[in-house]
Parts: sequence; structure tokens; C-alpha cells
Amino acid sequence: MDPFLVLVISTAVKIFIFTFVLTLPIIAYSTYAERRVSSIIQDRVGPNRVGIPLTLFGFKKDIPLSGLLQPLADGLKNLLKEDLVPDHVRKFFFTIAPALTAVPAFLTLCVIPFGSQITVFGENIKLVIADIDAGPLFVFAIASLSVYGITFAGWASNNKYSFLGGVRSCAQMISYEIALGLSVIPVLMVFGQLNLSDIVQHQADNGWLLLPLWGEGLTTERILLLIPLFISFVVFTTSIFAETNRMPFDLPECETELVGGYHTEYSSMKFALFFLGEYAAMIVGSALIVTLFFGGWSVGFGLDTAISEMTYGGLIHLGAFLAKVIGFVIFFIWVRWTVPRFRYDQLMKLGWVVFFELALVNIFLTAGIMMLVN
Amino acid sequence: MATIKVTRPKLTLLEKIYLPAVIKGLFITFMHAIRSMLGKTPGANENFNSSGLGVTMQYPEQKWDDQLPDYYRGVPALVTDEEQRERCVSCQLCEFICPPKAIAIIPDEIESDDPWAKVEKRPKEFDIDMTRCIYCGMCEEVCPEQAIYLRKDYAMTGLSREDMVNDKKRLYEIGGVRTGLVNKWNEIK
Repeated sequence: MDPFLVLVISTAVKIFIFTFVLTLPIIAYSTYAERRVSSIIQDRVGPNRVGIPLTLFGFKKDIPLSGLLQPLADGLKNLLKEDLVPDHVRKFFFTIAPALTAVPAFLTLCVIPFGSQITVFGENIKLVIADIDAGPLFVFAIASLSVYGITFAGWASNNKYSFLGGVRSCAQMISYEIALGLSVIPVLMVFGQLNLSDIVQHQADNGWLLLPLWGEGLTTERILLLIPLFISFVVFTTSIFAETNRMPFDLPECETELVGGYHTEYSSMKFALFFLGEYAAMIVGSALIVTLFFGGWSVGFGLDTAISEMTYGGLIHLGAFLAKVIGFVIFFIWVRWTVPRFRYDQLMKLGWVVFFELALVNIFLTAGIMMLVN
Repeated sequence: MATIKVTRPKLTLLEKIYLPAVIKGLFITFMHAIRSMLGKTPGANENFNSSGLGVTMQYPEQKWDDQLPDYYRGVPALVTDEEQRERCVSCQLCEFICPPKAIAIIPDEIESDDPWAKVEKRPKEFDIDMTRCIYCGMCEEVCPEQAIYLRKDYAMTGLSREDMVNDKKRLYEIGGVRTGLVNKWNEIK
């Protein structure tokens, strides 16, 4: 077969499967998980009613699924609601803002390696949409574009609370972008490359970054390197929380101060798009943390070579990756319902005074360890 | 007033790092999650008929009907006495006191050949509009014949406004029978 044709077809199929079959349902169900996990944390019940309403079609009983169809009901509700555009808004920016927050989050999916590779019709297909040599940089470049959507939404709403939300989001994004970028440098120094597929392959062969137990084993260098790598994990994860506007850092939309923040004036599907974007960003963030620090699709413990040799071993890797990502999404939710919101000055101080310096020092620490050991 | 100077508490290094506090918090919420998944949340199964998930009672399946207090004010209804005679003499006091004007009574005279002609009046129509009723209980308080009571029914629903108007027949169905002496049935008095 023509290799170009194979490339085009396989990419189209991968885009469809990774975005619409895998990520969108995970987004939908992370909203459900958010509500159920928060409820069990707070000793409540949460949405547990929505099932298949067979009684609507003349059957005797409904099928209760303990609320598992709640996301469908929510989506339907959002589609059917009136799409209200207030008179006092800037119509053009008001309309494109939700799309601008949702699109970058989905775009960044394309460099995330979902699995190793599978063999279909004699062709080896890598389970990553775009296997480019600048993975993390691409993610940072595109993901930070989503702040435009939030800022536009805040400004175009022509409302002081929305405006404050937009401004806060902008400031927060700038502050934490630096820490995010700097904290990942030690990781890239250890791997020596930026291709996410190769980074994961390296971890599959030599042990996960934060769990180097197999492959080369525990050399002195790797044990020493765990210290700076753990620091960069903490800084990176916290910055991802800030980037995705999740709870300890959800100042752009904090209800107690800003009504609803930047999406105060939005309704219907536009409102839902903001949430889609937020959860998509959360999933991409988790995927990035998993890829960089927890071995991406690798199952670990030296099993990966055997799995890769199987014809559909890539699917096992896909499952491992999704399990890790879902685990991290639940961690995100767990933190949201545990840690109270930062005050705005504390947020800025944490970003500029603590994390920025910590990430900088961490780079030198990593470099020093690598130099001393070799 | 004396001025009290409050000094800021000195934070130790661990408290300044903030991370141990976060981990402690995560542990607390995790324990809550575990306990609620095991159905052992604080308050579960202590009061009311809780579902085991906190004190939440999951309504259509679990009801607190058996825990309603005696003074519960539910749907107002008319009662008959032990011999199926209607207690109401249609004095219309409840109609006049009803703050939202939910009660409408059309009185009827008892014919002189009736053995209880001395009671004089009975209601011909007795409607309580439940879309108006505020469950204040004033009708019960004001009734001289103890004929109207607020019962423990609370799930009063209907698909139209007409459905929500309880007529005399429905009111007696809900009300049922009350025993006890009422003066008007006393032949001597």
C-alpha cells in the first residue's frame, strides 16, 4: 500500500478514535465523577437517578443505572436550553470565546502517545496522532492559547465580574506558565529529547521517571535524581492545576467573589463548551503528567517488551495509559474537594516567589547531580 | 474599650511549606470517602431512615412517614366521627380565617324532619384549593367542632389546577374518622 495513503487514513482514524471515542466520553464522565466523588467525600449522595427512562416508551419499569447516564442528560439539557446572548455584550468575541477555550485543549491531544503500536493489515501504526519531536513544547504553546478564550469571554461580556475573572485568569496563566515550563526542563535533561513517544519508550525500557525499579535498575545517579525530579513533579502538577483553573487556583471563576467569573453571562451550549474545555485541559494535563513522570502507556516492571511483541499489545498499553489518566483525573477531583481556594495575593506570591525560583534552582540541582555522577 | 493587640501566630517551617497540611487534608477527605462508600458516614442510620450515605434520605424509596411528629401540619382534611356523621357544621369560620383564602364552603340547611335537625347546618360543598393552602393550621385552630385537621399527608400532587382542589369527598377520604365527644351530637345538650 502507498505509505502516504496509509498515513492519511491511519491519522484520520486515530483522530476520530482518540478524540471522539476516548477523550469526549472521559470528559463527560469526569463531570459525573466530579459530582459523585465530591458527594462521597462530603458524605452526600450525589446524582444517582438517571437511567434509561423506559416508562416514557410505554414499558413498565425504568432501568436504573445509578446515575450513569447523567452526562447524557446534562448534555441534552444544555443543547435544549435557550442560548441567551445579552444585549450589552460584544457579539463576535462573545461567540468565539467558548470555542477558543475548548479548541486548544483538544488540539494538544494530538501529541500525547496513547499506546505503543499496533499492527493492522501488516502496517505498524503508532498510537499517537502526531509523532513530533517537540511534544511538551507543542503542548505548552497550544495550551496557553486557551487563556485567550477566557480573557475574551471576560472582556466581551461587558460585566465587571466577568472582566475580573478574565483578568485573573490571564495573570494566573502568565505566572504559572513560567513555573510549568521551567519545571519540565530537568525531566527533559534526563531524557535528552522532546519526542513524547520516545520518552515513554525510554521509560518502558528503563523504569518510570518516579519509579525507576527495572531496566538499568537503581544506580546512584537515578536515586539522587529522584530528589529534583520529585520537586519538578510537585511544581509541574501544581502548575497544571493552576493552568486548568482547578480548585486551589480557580480564581477566574470563584463563585464567592465573582458570581460565576468569566462565564457569568453565558448559557446553554456556550456555557457547556467552557466546561468541556476545562475538563479537556484537565485530561490533557493528567495525560502529560502521566507521560512525563509515570511512564505513559508503559505497564512497567519489565513487562513492556513482551506486550509490545504481541499483535494487539498496543491495546493493553492503551488501557494502561487510560487507567493512569483516569487515576490522575480522580486525584484532580480529590484535591479540588480538599484544598480551599488561595487568596489572590497568595496565588501570585506562590507562583512568582516560590515556584519560579524552585524550578530554576531545580534545573541547576539536576545538572549538578548529572555532572557529578558522570 | 481596651485595645487587644493580636499577634500573628508564628508558623513553623512545616506549616509554611503548606504541603503537609494539604496531605493531611487529602487523608481526611479520603477517610470520609472510604467511610461513605462503606455506608458508615457520621449520622447514617442514627436519625430518620437515612440511606447510609450521610444523613440523606433518598425520598421515594425511603420516607420518614413513621417519624413524623404528632404536631406535623400536612394536608388539611375533614373528619367524620365514629358513626360516619360529618362533624362540620359549616360555620365558615375556617373560610374566613384562612389567610390565603383557600377554603370555599357552600352551606346547606339540614331539613327539619332529620333526626339531627338541631345541628341546623352542614356543608353542601367544601373545597380546599391546595395550590393556595399554606399549611398554617389556622382552620384547625379555629374550628369549634374539631371537624378540620391537618393530617400527616404531605405528597399532595396533581397534573392540573382542578386536580389540586380537594372537594368534600376527597377531604373525607383523607381525613378519615376521629373519635371523641363533640357537643352537637349530644342529645341532651
